[in-house]
Amino acid sequence: MDGKKKNNRAWFLVLPVVFVVAFTAIIPLMAVANYSLQDIQGASNRLFVGLDFFKRVATDPNIQDAFTRNLTLSAQILLIQIPLGIFLARLMPRSGWKASAALVVVAIPLIIPWNVVGTTWRIFTRSDIGLGGVLVNQFFDYNLSEDTTDAWATILVMDTWHWTPLVTLLVYAGLRSIPQAYYQAAAIDGASRMAVFRFVELPKLRRVLMIAILLRFMDSFMMYTEPFVVTGGGPGSSTQTLSILLTTIAIGQFDLGVAGAFSLMYFLFIQIFSFIFFTVLTLDERPGATKVTPKEKKAAKLAKEPKQVRSKLEKVQK
Amino acid sequence: MTTMMATSAAGKKTSRFRIDLRSWLFWLIMAVWSLPLIWLISMSFRDNADILSKFEVIPTEISLNGYTQFFEDSSWIGSYMNSITYTLMNTVLSLIVALPAAYAFSRFTFSGDKHLFFWLLTNRMAPAAVFLLPFFQLYQAVDLFDTPLGVALAHMLFNVPLAVWILEGFMSGVPKQLDEIAEIDGYKFGRFFLTIFIPMIRSGIGVTAFFLFMFSWVELLIARTITATAAKPIAAQMTRTISASGIDWSLLSAAGVMTIIPGVIVIWFVRNYIAKGFALGRV
Repeated sequence: MDGKKKNNRAWFLVLPVVFVVAFTAIIPLMAVANYSLQDIQGASNRLFVGLDFFKRVATDPNIQDAFTRNLTLSAQILLIQIPLGIFLARLMPRSGWKASAALVVVAIPLIIPWNVVGTTWRIFTRSDIGLGGVLVNQFFDYNLSEDTTDAWATILVMDTWHWTPLVTLLVYAGLRSIPQAYYQAAAIDGASRMAVFRFVELPKLRRVLMIAILLRFMDSFMMYTEPFVVTGGGPGSSTQTLSILLTTIAIGQFDLGVAGAFSLMYFLFIQIFSFIFFTVLTLDERPGATKVTPKEKKAAKLAKEPKQVRSKLEKVQK
Repeated sequence: MTTMMATSAAGKKTSRFRIDLRSWLFWLIMAVWSLPLIWLISMSFRDNADILSKFEVIPTEISLNGYTQFFEDSSWIGSYMNSITYTLMNTVLSLIVALPAAYAFSRFTFSGDKHLFFWLLTNRMAPAAVFLLPFFQLYQAVDLFDTPLGVALAHMLFNVPLAVWILEGFMSGVPKQLDEIAEIDGYKFGRFFLTIFIPMIRSGIGVTAFFLFMFSWVELLIARTITATAAKPIAAQMTRTISASGIDWSLLSAAGVMTIIPGVIVIWFVRNYIAKGFALGRV
C-alpha cells in the first residue's frame, strides 16, 4: 500500500458509500440498540431497563445452546470444506476450454438462491422420492425429520455441497497466480507432489486461504435459509442456528428487547472476529511488519533456482 | 496475472496416464456433485401424481405441468420478474456508489481510511437476521416497504462493501502512472475517470457486477421481510407452495430450475475472471 498520495479530498469520493451504508446499517443498528435498552409496551409506554435484556440473553439456555451448536457447525464446516476445496482446486484443469467448463460447473452451486438450495436438498433427501434419500436408505435407516444425527449430517453435507466451490475457486485463483518458474524449480529439485504442495503452493495460498476461512466462518455462523428450508431447525432444536433462533424471537415472538440485545451481542461477536482476521490479513501489507517464515524463505530460494539452472544448462550446451 | 497457464512443468514430466487420471477423478467428482441438481431438473419434468407414485431415476413420462403453471400464474412469473428487477437495480446502484469510493481507497490515503474500510467490511459480515426488525420499520416509515427499490437499497447493505472490496483490488492492479500521465495531458478528473479509467477496468467491473447480481439474487431473508405482495421475490413465493393437498413438488422444482437459469447465463460471461473475482481481485 505504499506510493499512495495523502489527500483528504478523497473523502468526497467516499461520501456516497458512507451515506448509503449509514442508511442501510447505522440507522437500523441504532434502532436495535434502542430496543435492547428499553421495555417497549406501546408507543407512549417505554421503560428504560438498562442491561436487563443483555443479562437475559447471556443466561438464556436456548441461546447458549444455539451458540455452542452454531460454533460446532462452523468448526466442522471449516474442517471439511477447506481441505476438500484445496483438493478439488488442485485437480481442476488449468487451461483450454476444459478449464472454462470446469469453472462454470464448479461455480453453479454458488449462484443458486439459498432457499432453492434448501428445496433441492429437501427433494433430494426425501427417503421415499429423493435419489439421495433412497440411496442412503439402502444402507442406513435414514430419516431426517426424526433422527437428529441424520438431520445434522444432512445440513453438513448440504453446506459442503453449496459452499466448498467457493473455497475451490479461491484456491484455484491462488494456484494460477503462482509463477511457472516455481514449479520448474521444484521439478528440477525432484520435489514430490506433496513437497510441491507443502513448500511451493501452500505459502502462496496463505492469502486466499485466509479470505476463504474468514468468509466460510462468517457465512456459516449466520446461516439461516438452507437449514430453515430443509429441517426448519429440527427435529427439536437440533439444527437450529443462531440466525434461525434470532428470527423466531424477533419476528415470531416479537420480543423486541431480547431480540435487540441478542442482535447486538451476535453482531459484536462477529465484529471482533472479523477485526482479528482483518488485522492478520493486512499484516503483510504494512511496511516493516512483514515476517518471513522459514517456509517462505524456502519458496523464495526455490524461485531463484531457475537462473542458476539456466546458467548451468548454457555451460553444458557450450 | 490471469493469463492461461500451460500444463505445469511438473505435469509434463509425469506420464500422460497420470494426467488423465487426475482429470477423470475431477470430472467424476463433479458428476456426483451435480446429482442433486440433476434430480431437481428431473423432478421438474414430472407431474405430482407421477412423483409421488413411483421412484424412478429417468422420467418415463415427460410432463411440462410445473412449467406451465409457473408461466401462467401471474403470482409466479410476477415474483420472478420482481426478483430480476430489484437485483438489476441493486447492481447498478451499488456500482455507481462503489466505483468512486474504490478509486479513493486504491489511490489515496486519507484520515480514517483504514477504519472506514474495516467498517464497510463488517457490514458484509453482519447477520441479516439482526436487521430484520429495524428494516421492517424503517422501510415502512420512508414508504419503501414492498417496493423493488426498497429491496435494492436493503441489499446494498452487504453489496456495497463487497463491490468496494473487489473493485479496489482490481483498481490497485492499474499502475498509478496512468493517472499521472493523464493529469499531465490536461485531463480533468471526471473525464479521466469516465473515459479512460473505467474502460481500463471493465473486466473488473463485469466481475463485480456478477457478484452483486449473484448475492442479491440468492438472498431470501431480507427480501422476504420487507415485501408483502407487490414486490414479493420469487424466493418468498417458493416458500408458499404448501397447500392442503401437500407440497406441489412439480411446480416447486420447475420454479427452482427457473431461478438457476439467470445465474448460469451470467456466470458464462465472466467465467475466465470468476476465480480472481472470488479472491476479491487480490491474487
